Amino acid sequence: MIWSKRNILFPSASVDTLILWLLRIASGIAAGMVLLILFFLLAESLPLLREIPAVRFVTDSSWQPTEGAYNLAPMLSGTLYAAGGALFLATPLGIASALFVAYYALPSAARIYRRLIELLAGIPSVVYGFWALTTLVPLINELHPPGASLLAGILVLTLMILPTVALTAHAALLAVPDEYLRGAAALGMSRWSIIRGVVLPAARMGVTAGIILAAGRAIGETMAVLMVTGNVVQHASTVYDPIRTLAANIALEMPYALGDHRAALFVSGLMLMLLVIALWSAAARIGRN
Amino acid sequence: MGKAETASARAMPSSNGWHDRLAEWSVYAVALLISAVFLWILGDLARGGIEHLSWSFLLDPPQNAGRGGGIGSILVSTILVLLIALVVALPLGWAAAVMLAEYVSSGSRFGYTVRNSLQILAAVPSIVFGLFGNAFFSIYLGLGFSILSGGLTLACMLLPILVSTAEAGLRALPDTYRSSAVALGMSRAATVFHVLLPAAAPALVAGLLLGIGRAMAETAALLFTSGYVDRMPGSLLDSGRTLAVHIFDLSMNLPGGDVAAHASALVLIVVLLLINLLAMEMATGWQRGKIVTE
Repeated sequence: MIWSKRNILFPSASVDTLILWLLRIASGIAAGMVLLILFFLLAESLPLLREIPAVRFVTDSSWQPTEGAYNLAPMLSGTLYAAGGALFLATPLGIASALFVAYYALPSAARIYRRLIELLAGIPSVVYGFWALTTLVPLINELHPPGASLLAGILVLTLMILPTVALTAHAALLAVPDEYLRGAAALGMSRWSIIRGVVLPAARMGVTAGIILAAGRAIGETMAVLMVTGNVVQHASTVYDPIRTLAANIALEMPYALGDHRAALFVSGLMLMLLVIALWSAAARIGRN
Repeated sequence: MGKAETASARAMPSSNGWHDRLAEWSVYAVALLISAVFLWILGDLARGGIEHLSWSFLLDPPQNAGRGGGIGSILVSTILVLLIALVVALPLGWAAAVMLAEYVSSGSRFGYTVRNSLQILAAVPSIVFGLFGNAFFSIYLGLGFSILSGGLTLACMLLPILVSTAEAGLRALPDTYRSSAVALGMSRAATVFHVLLPAAAPALVAGLLLGIGRAMAETAALLFTSGYVDRMPGSLLDSGRTLAVHIFDLSMNLPGGDVAAHASALVLIVVLLLINLLAMEMATGWQRGKIVTE
């Protein structure tokens, strides 16, 4: 027996069961949060979804929510262009960063660089936005006015999703069995041919899952994009055109939106949520294989 | 972490041939480019903000919508929102982590469901949390634009990171701790409270710090839950503007707010870098300590 001031055994079975139930309730709340969010998004969008057919969100003539025109297509294209552009740039940069940390850098440099990437992930989006607004946008303006543009959005998003790509890719590289590397080295393969021929194919699934997660982040990013893309509702024809993304649209119009307009913003929130869930399921399926 | 990295780097043969050298130079160039951009951002913020920074800037209330004065009341609102988020999210998150790590077998349906829904929650964009917080806390529960609804919205956002860090910390504990406790006749709950949670404390604190960092960085979820009012909050039901929202408002909606925005951004980024560095050091230092003792 243990004799201590506190009775550390909690001998009564009822305390044990009570605590188990508390834990169960807490995990239930944590797990139910996603459903609660979905429920409230649905409940707030239903008034409008019942009124008009869903196809009108892409076929209406324009986005004039106060006059009953709810075309979200320009915002959707803006979101996809910005996220796609950022992925196009961040994927090679992120994978190269992971290769640098895993196979090229000296251990001390690798540690510092990895830390730097982690710190990059911790910089708030509003600070990225502010920096891009005061530094990148004037630079792009000199190149091709007006400066606040799809290009500025792509560049700032690239910086923001790069850590996601780099850190997940690094984890995938570390998971490649050492025997593969040693076997390849014993065959006399050079460093780059090992990476291209052995490591990257073996880590393909993990890297892809990370890229998909990064895509989710890029689609949902609000503040930085809102601050640098100019927020004009239009389909961009060049990267220098200002655009507006779905998330930025919500942040811009929510403060004064009423009635059906508000419901339309919740519809776009619901769209974002469903997009993100779809991307997450794809990443989870790939990651599991 | 460090061990595996160096092992594979040493196992690699050196580069020869022009393909190899080209790849090597591009990888180095990318690393250099990204480090340079990081320093560029920090340098820009420091250069623009450092002159305006002083004790009175940190303590005074903002004047003229933030162009003059300081950020005193904004720091108070930020801390209040943060406290509410933590008070709500910590017990919930850590309880869920204990459940997942200690009470549920890794293949069980319940654990699978909870873990997956938390992963989805982690992927939900912050603007969607803002919409939800506005609909649920501000309107449905009638809390209005207040520090309370902002804090509760943030609490939902913090859950995934708190659970995953605490669960990883608990899982990393050696099973001998559990079997020793069983051998001593300790009940399950006693084992959790007196053995496992204290032993996993560094991981819990690292998660807490990461959560604080995430919460302080948040803007979009707070725009329409805790609101824009920059006065000193009188109660938790008052609207209060957090530091991140302040930076957004100064730079986007206020001509002539750039200097104050630079200084506020500098304050925010310095605090966040320190918190994140501390969290990382705790997480890795703790792992190193474990390798030595075992």
